[in-house]
Amino acid sequence: MSWETVIGLEIHVQLSTDSKLFSGGSTSFGAEPNTHVDLIDLGLPGVLPVANRGAFHKAIRFGLATNAEINQTSTFDRKNYFYPDLPKGYQITQMALPIVGKGSIKIEVEGQEKIINITRAHLEEDAGKSIHDLFDGETGVDLNRAGTPLLEIVSEPEIANAKEAVAYFKAIRQIVTFLDICDGNMAQGSMRCDVNVSVKKSDAAELGTRAEIKNINSFKFIEKAINFEIDRQIRILEAGDSVIQETRLYDSVKNETRSMRSKEEANDYRYFPCPDLLPVVISDEELIKIKNNLPELPDEKEKRYVKEFDLDSSEAKIIASSKTMANMFEGACAKTDDSKLIANWLVGDISALLNKENIDIDESNLTSENFATLIERISDKTISGKIAKSVLEEIWETGNDVDKIIESKGLVQIQDESLLETIAQTVIDNNPSQVDAFKGGKDKLFGFFVGQVMKETQGKANPQSVNEILKRLLSES
Amino acid sequence: MSIQYKSIKELKNMLNDKDISHTELVQETFLNIKNNSALNSFITLNEEESLKKADNLDNNPSSGSLAGIPIAQKDLFCTKDLKTTCGSNMLSNFIPPYSATVIENLENAGCISVGKTNMDEFAMGSSNETSFYGNVQNPWGENLVPGGSSGGSAAAVAAGIVPAASGTDTGGSIRQPASLCGISGLKPTYGRVSRWGMIAFASSLDQAGPMARTAEDCALLLNEMCSYDEKDTTSIDEVIPDFTENLNSSIQGLKIGLVKEFDLSKLDNDVVHVFEESKKHYESLGAEFIEISLPNITLSVPTYYVVAPAECSSNLSRFDGVKFGKRCDNPKDLEELYIKTRSEGFGDEVKRRILIGSYVLSAGFYDAYYKKAQQVRRLIKNDFDSAFKSVDIIMSPTTRGAAFEAGSKSDDPIQMYLEDLFTIPANLAGLPAMSIPNGMIDNKPIGLQLVGNFLDESRLLQAAHNFQISTDWHLKTPSGNKS
Repeated sequence: MSWETVIGLEIHVQLSTDSKLFSGGSTSFGAEPNTHVDLIDLGLPGVLPVANRGAFHKAIRFGLATNAEINQTSTFDRKNYFYPDLPKGYQITQMALPIVGKGSIKIEVEGQEKIINITRAHLEEDAGKSIHDLFDGETGVDLNRAGTPLLEIVSEPEIANAKEAVAYFKAIRQIVTFLDICDGNMAQGSMRCDVNVSVKKSDAAELGTRAEIKNINSFKFIEKAINFEIDRQIRILEAGDSVIQETRLYDSVKNETRSMRSKEEANDYRYFPCPDLLPVVISDEELIKIKNNLPELPDEKEKRYVKEFDLDSSEAKIIASSKTMANMFEGACAKTDDSKLIANWLVGDISALLNKENIDIDESNLTSENFATLIERISDKTISGKIAKSVLEEIWETGNDVDKIIESKGLVQIQDESLLETIAQTVIDNNPSQVDAFKGGKDKLFGFFVGQVMKETQGKANPQSVNEILKRLLSES
Repeated sequence: MSIQYKSIKELKNMLNDKDISHTELVQETFLNIKNNSALNSFITLNEEESLKKADNLDNNPSSGSLAGIPIAQKDLFCTKDLKTTCGSNMLSNFIPPYSATVIENLENAGCISVGKTNMDEFAMGSSNETSFYGNVQNPWGENLVPGGSSGGSAAAVAAGIVPAASGTDTGGSIRQPASLCGISGLKPTYGRVSRWGMIAFASSLDQAGPMARTAEDCALLLNEMCSYDEKDTTSIDEVIPDFTENLNSSIQGLKIGLVKEFDLSKLDNDVVHVFEESKKHYESLGAEFIEISLPNITLSVPTYYVVAPAECSSNLSRFDGVKFGKRCDNPKDLEELYIKTRSEGFGDEVKRRILIGSYVLSAGFYDAYYKKAQQVRRLIKNDFDSAFKSVDIIMSPTTRGAAFEAGSKSDDPIQMYLEDLFTIPANLAGLPAMSIPNGMIDNKPIGLQLVGNFLDESRLLQAAHNFQISTDWHLKTPSGNKS
C-alpha cells in the first residue's frame, strides 16, 4: 500500500499600502531600526487602532481575482501571546469573519492543470523583528515592520506534493503582483509561507497527523522542506511509530526540518473579538468600484495576446505569466508593429539573459522604448538579427540607446548588393580548392563561403543577400 | 476669599468679576491640596505648569468656557510630559509622549490640570484600596473609603479642593465614589467621549466623564469633554448638544422607571428611606413613576465579571517590561523577564482579574463563559431598549449603602464586586448614567442613580438639576452645610 501526501499552505502576503494596518506609520522597507514606529505601533498605553481601508481594498481585489466570496462585513479579533517584537502582547487579526471567504486558483504542474481551493484570506498586522545575533547576550527589537498589513491566504489541504505546492505559491505570487497589491519580493520577506504536511495510506479516509513548517520564503526551500518532511513522516510511520502534531522549522543549511514546539507546548491564543474596532462594512458601491478597476489577469492577457497580436499560445502564456514581461511586451507593441518579433525576442534571447542573471526584466537596463527601437532596426534591416544580439548585450551592460550603439560601433548592415558581390567574388577567387570540392558535391561547404563573407564584412552583411549572391556566383563559376 | 467648596459656575463668576486672579486661584488650590495631603487624593502634582498657565491667563484673557478652572485629572489619562501611573507600580516611571483627547479637550477649553488623582490600580476596585500609592481617605470620615476606582477624583472634589475632576467608569467607577463622597458624577453614553489616551481596562465598557459638585457643573464639563474623534473608531459621530440648555426646563410629566427586579427590601432601612424620600420629591416636581421589568438585569454582575476581566487580561499584556514602564532587575531569560516584571509590577486585584480573564477566554471555556456572557449582555441591552419605550429615565440607589470602613471588604472580593450591583448594567448596555447626592446616613452621604436612554445625557442632567435646585443634599460638605 503506497503513501499519500496531503499539504496545505498558509501564505502571508505583505500588502503594499503606504501606511500600516492600524496606524499612520510608514511601511517602507530598509529604514533605520525603530524609525517607522508611531505611538500605535509601539502599543503605548491608551492608544487605539484605526483600520486602514486601503488594505481592505487590496484584500478585496485578491478575493475578486480568485472568485472568492467577499464578506462585506468583516471583524477583527485579538490573538494573545507574549513576544518582545509583539508590542501589545496580542496581534489583531481576523479569525471569526475574514474579509475574503472561499475561493480558488488554477495551478499547472508539468502541463497538467489543477484547481486548488482557498479556504479564506484574512487581514492581520505583522509583528516586528527580533534580532538575536547582533548584540552579545541580548536581543534587539526592531518595530519598523510591526503593524504592516498582511493578507494571510489559507489553502484547503488539497496539494499533493512539493511541486504542486511550489506551483500554488507561484500562482499566488503571480496574482498578487498582477493585482498590484504586493511587490512579491521574497528576499525582503514580502511573501512567506507556513506549510502543513501530513501523510496517510492511500486508502485511509482520515488525514494523518500533520506537522507545520513555519516561515519559508523561497520556492526552492518550500520544495526541499516538504520533501524532507514527507520522507521523515513516512520513515516514522513505516517504523510503526506515530507522527507528533507539532510546529517545525526548516534549516536550509542542513536541509532538514526540526521541532520547534509540540502541540502541548503550543500557545492558547485566547482569541476574542477586538473591542477597539467596529466591524468594517464595505458598501455595494465600493465593491463595484473595486471590481470595475480590477486589472487584467494572466489568463485574460494570454487570450488577448493570441487574438490581438497573433502570438502562439505558448509564447503568449510565457509573456502573460509575468507582470513585468507583459508590461515590456505591451510597451514595445505600443511603439512598433512587429509583435511577433517582439514576442520572439522576449521569449528567446531576453528570457535567456534574465535566467542567466536570475533577475526580473524591470531590474535590467532594458526599457520598452529601447527594446522597440531594437526591433525596428531589425525590421528595417538596419542591423541583422545576429548584430541585434550584440546590441542587446550592450544595452544589458550599459543601458545605452540602440541607435547610438549601432552608430558608434559602425554596425549598420551592408545592403549594397554590388559591394557584397565584389566581396563574394574575391572569396571565391581566393579559395579555388573549396570551390572545386563544393562543385564536387560537398554542399556543406556553402556555409564556409558565407562565413568568409561575414568575416570580411565584420558580420555586417545582410545574411539573406549574402546567401543569394553566393548561390548565384557559385553556380556561374 | 476662600475658594473651598466653590462650584465651577461660582469660580467663573469670581474670575469674571476679578474677585480673584487666575494665579491666586491656582495658588489657593495648591494650598488646599497641601492642607489636605492626608487624603492622599493626588499621585502627581503639576504646580509649576499650572502657575505658568494661570499667569498666562492673567495676561492674556481667554474666551475658553472653562478658562482658569482648576481640574484634577484621574491618573488613568495620558498627560504629555506628566507622569501617568494608572495607580500601578508597573507605570511608576511612565511619562507619556502624548495627551488623551479628553485632556486636550478640557485644556483647550481653558482648564488647568493641577494634578493626577489617586485611583484603584488600573481602575480595578471599588474602594481605592488597590492603588499602589496607598489608600485615599474619604473626606467624610477618617477611616472611610472614598469608593473607586475614581476615588482620588471624588475625594478631591468632596473636600472642596478642586471644583472639578475627570473620572472614568467601567462598572461604576465614577458613580459609586460620587455616591460615597457626596458629589455629582456622570458616565456618558459609550462612545460620547473619546477613549484615545485612556489607559484601557475593559475597552467595550470604559467611558470617561465629569465629577463635580453639581449637575450643572457636570453639564459644563461634559460640553467640553465630548467630541467625535477619528482616533477612536468606537466614538460616536453625532451632534453634541449644549448640555446646559435644558437644565432649567420643568420635569413635569417625566416618566421615571423603577426596576422590579431590584429587590430593595434587602437593603438597609436607611437606604430605602433615603430612596423613598427622593421618589416623593420627584413626584412633587411633577414626575410619574412606572414599574418596569429588566428580566436579565440580575445577571449583570456575573456577566460583567466575565467580560471586563477578559478584556483586561488582553489589554494589560503590553505591560511586559520590554518597551516602557517597570522592568524587573536581572532576569535570567525572557520568561523570567515576563514573570518577574508582571509579578512585581501588578497588585493582587489586577492579577486576580488577569487570571479570571485568561481563564474565560481559554480554549474549551470560551463558549461557556465569554461567549455566553456576551449573549447575556445583549439580552440586558434589549431589556433596556424595551423599557425605554415606556419611560424617560430609570432610577435606583447608586450604591447599597454609604461609605464603608477601609479593610472591611478588601479580603472578600465578592462583597467588593457587589458594590457595583446597581451601576454595572448601564456599562453593559452602554447607556448614560449619573449619581447625585440624595441623603445622609449616619452623617455620611449617599447617592441616587439616574440612567438615561442612548445619547440622552441632557435629560439626565435636567432631572438632576431640577432635583438640586429644590434640595440641598449636594451642598452638604464634610465641614458642615455650605453657606
